[in-house]
Amino acid sequence: MHSLLEVESISKSFGDLAANNDISFSVSEGEIVAVLGENGAGKTTLMNIIFGHYLPDSGSIKFKGEKIPVGNTRAAINLGIGMVHQHFTLAENLSVLENIAIGNQSLLGFSIDFKQIEHRITKISGEFGLSVDPRAIVSDLSIGEKQRVEIIKTLFGDCELVILDEPTASLTPQEVDQLFLTIRSMVKAGLGVIIISHKLDEILRISDRIIVLRNGKLTGSMDKANFDKSSLAEMIVGKKIERPEKNKGKKAEKLMELIGLNISSNIGSPMGLSDINFELFGGEIHGIAGVSGNGQRAFAEVMAGHMRPDLGDLLINGKRVKKFTPRAFMDEGVAYIPEDRTSDGVVGELSILDNGVLTETKNPKIANRFGFLNKKSSTKFVGEICEENDVRFQSLNQPTRLLSGGNIQKLLIGRWLKRNPEIIIACQPTRGLDEGAIVSVQKLLLEERDKGKAVLFITEDLDELLLVSDVISIMFDGKLMGPYDYDKLEKREIGLMMTGSGIL
Amino acid sequence: MIIEFLELFVNAGFWAATVRIACPLLLATLGELICERAGVLNLGIEGIMTAGAMVGWTAVYLGADLSLGIIFAALIGGIFGLIHAGFTVHLGASQHVTGIGITLLAASISYFAFRLILPTSTTPPKIKAFEQIEILYLSDIPFLGPIFFQQTIFTYLAFLAVPIVIWFLNRSPFGLAVKMAGENPMALEAQGINVLRIRTIAVMIGSALMAVGGAYLTMSAFNAFYFGMINGRGWIAVALVIFAAWKPERAILGALLFAGLDAYQVRAQQLAGAVIPYQFFLMLPYVLSIAAMVFAAKSTRYPKALLIPFRRGERH
Repeated sequence: MHSLLEVESISKSFGDLAANNDISFSVSEGEIVAVLGENGAGKTTLMNIIFGHYLPDSGSIKFKGEKIPVGNTRAAINLGIGMVHQHFTLAENLSVLENIAIGNQSLLGFSIDFKQIEHRITKISGEFGLSVDPRAIVSDLSIGEKQRVEIIKTLFGDCELVILDEPTASLTPQEVDQLFLTIRSMVKAGLGVIIISHKLDEILRISDRIIVLRNGKLTGSMDKANFDKSSLAEMIVGKKIERPEKNKGKKAEKLMELIGLNISSNIGSPMGLSDINFELFGGEIHGIAGVSGNGQRAFAEVMAGHMRPDLGDLLINGKRVKKFTPRAFMDEGVAYIPEDRTSDGVVGELSILDNGVLTETKNPKIANRFGFLNKKSSTKFVGEICEENDVRFQSLNQPTRLLSGGNIQKLLIGRWLKRNPEIIIACQPTRGLDEGAIVSVQKLLLEERDKGKAVLFITEDLDELLLVSDVISIMFDGKLMGPYDYDKLEKREIGLMMTGSGIL
Repeated sequence: MIIEFLELFVNAGFWAATVRIACPLLLATLGELICERAGVLNLGIEGIMTAGAMVGWTAVYLGADLSLGIIFAALIGGIFGLIHAGFTVHLGASQHVTGIGITLLAASISYFAFRLILPTSTTPPKIKAFEQIEILYLSDIPFLGPIFFQQTIFTYLAFLAVPIVIWFLNRSPFGLAVKMAGENPMALEAQGINVLRIRTIAVMIGSALMAVGGAYLTMSAFNAFYFGMINGRGWIAVALVIFAAWKPERAILGALLFAGLDAYQVRAQQLAGAVIPYQFFLMLPYVLSIAAMVFAAKSTRYPKALLIPFRRGERH
């Protein structure tokens, strides 16, 4: 095998943070190398350096034995390095054809030969199993299809090394299988592949070699012959992780019920809900599986009082709710962990102190009857939240946006738990968090369940869903299927239902 | 009475006026549309049109060729576009504030320069502007002849701009890059294309078109330059872009609709000015435009990156 890429002692700092510290590794033709690591370990930074988005502080990169200019995306592309970004770099309102055409044209040309481009797309689609309609508008495509467009776009320029940044992050299990088939056909054709991920199981399935990054340093490397899950997990985190044990909650009485709920689609929620009947019991975690964008957001927002349903009733403790406002639901003991914590959960520019008391302005211990906050008791209150939930910070007065995602989430959950809620609506609570933070959030929710609270748990991650939930429903196209006991379902079946192809 | 109001619609003069009034709006709308497709709102439009009107007129007044007048107008538009892009694209300043600043700056400089060139005149002098040309045979067609084939070259040019812009945005590689800069600049960046450069050039091209739209007023309509002559046409163009759903082929519809209302209100005023206050008719095109906008803007796909500055190497 010929060596394709050689990365030699790359270092890169952002301010005081050493994102990459003296990293060297190589990729050969026909080899799949996985780069593993937690969020913030420096994986994406390293790839952005190889691809020329960032300029490294020191170190060099060789491609096919020749040094390549660093910090020059165009040069990297011309040499045959392609990158599929984690966040798709597609223009939503344009067609697949247009999105692919842009990188493969001289900008000063007179007109684009769309016929020839379409022809080539069809050829690449066939060769690598990437089916997609070239004339479709990107915004009409599913996540899996969009990713296929990204891969075609990368392969279009005759590339020899493909970098895939977190390619499985929001795919269903079936889509992951299909992607892996594509990756295998790419290496069969002699391409080198770098795949970045933090999902260990998937990486073990697909890669020939794994390198691990932690805090910007290369902490280990392992060949296929020696793959060992538990020692890899330790390499990634630097310590042993204790995952919560699977145990079933004790189902108590019904706390919330939705009857015949309907929401038409609108700007706030492009996907509406149709005829939802749903029950939430104390002492139980009810998991909702689904590819995001199938109505989960509207579902959660109705249950948190952020949105009024067009039709149907919502009952809390058997009482029909008339007033759909967040405050009314909070007073009924509902806590809401929103999908997008940085925009809907906390105010990033405000201090941790301010964010910690944001929902407590009517709490007589925090604010007096004229509405003035008591500095002393707020400081004590927020200090307790941080201590009880292991929120790590430098100062209570620092802007909240400077916290890591995990710490923001713990602050947010801790703030709710202070209110001692009966019902917790958790929308993608572990999305984008690293392994350690994921486990703490899961444990917090399990603890609340064991105290008899009802938890709604919306997630896209099936492993997590099966680990945490007692009962599971599946959301597709604004409809809810279920509930099923967690041990009555196979991962595959859930995956099929998530794409609407399951028969029930 | 009602019959007389309806009769206006079968009057060739009304339709010919509609086509004429639509021209500056059409050019300005296409210009704004190109800027916005690249992700940059250009509220400098009102001032840039004023500058175009002034420069085009002055060039001809001082002895330049009519076609040279258009070129000068386009150049001054491009320069103001470059200033706007400098602040909004390269420095990431607020597009609203910068745009209004450009409008104030460009309009004031134009009036100032006009006063310097003609310090004393009270009635604005006229230039020998574009003349109507009658296209052989076609202009003799009853009714349609005077509407479509007895206009000035500038009018034909304005309407010719529509297919050119359609081709530019849908067929040319550069136009595709412009659209992408307004949709998802990261997609361009990922292909190694310089987003800031694309946006800057798009804003310059768009501004040049706006300025030419302004020049139409002095070189093919009123033949003179006077204060306040743009009279909100720039703002109308900003609204027409939304009406057009950012599509050049629909811009022609919007421009004609508004121009038609405008041409109609002038004639309706003459008919009923004694009974209904003339202000009512002045208001009419604006009210109906707002109504049309509400209707048309309901389900449009706006450029996703409109108003969002792009910074290279920043995490998104």
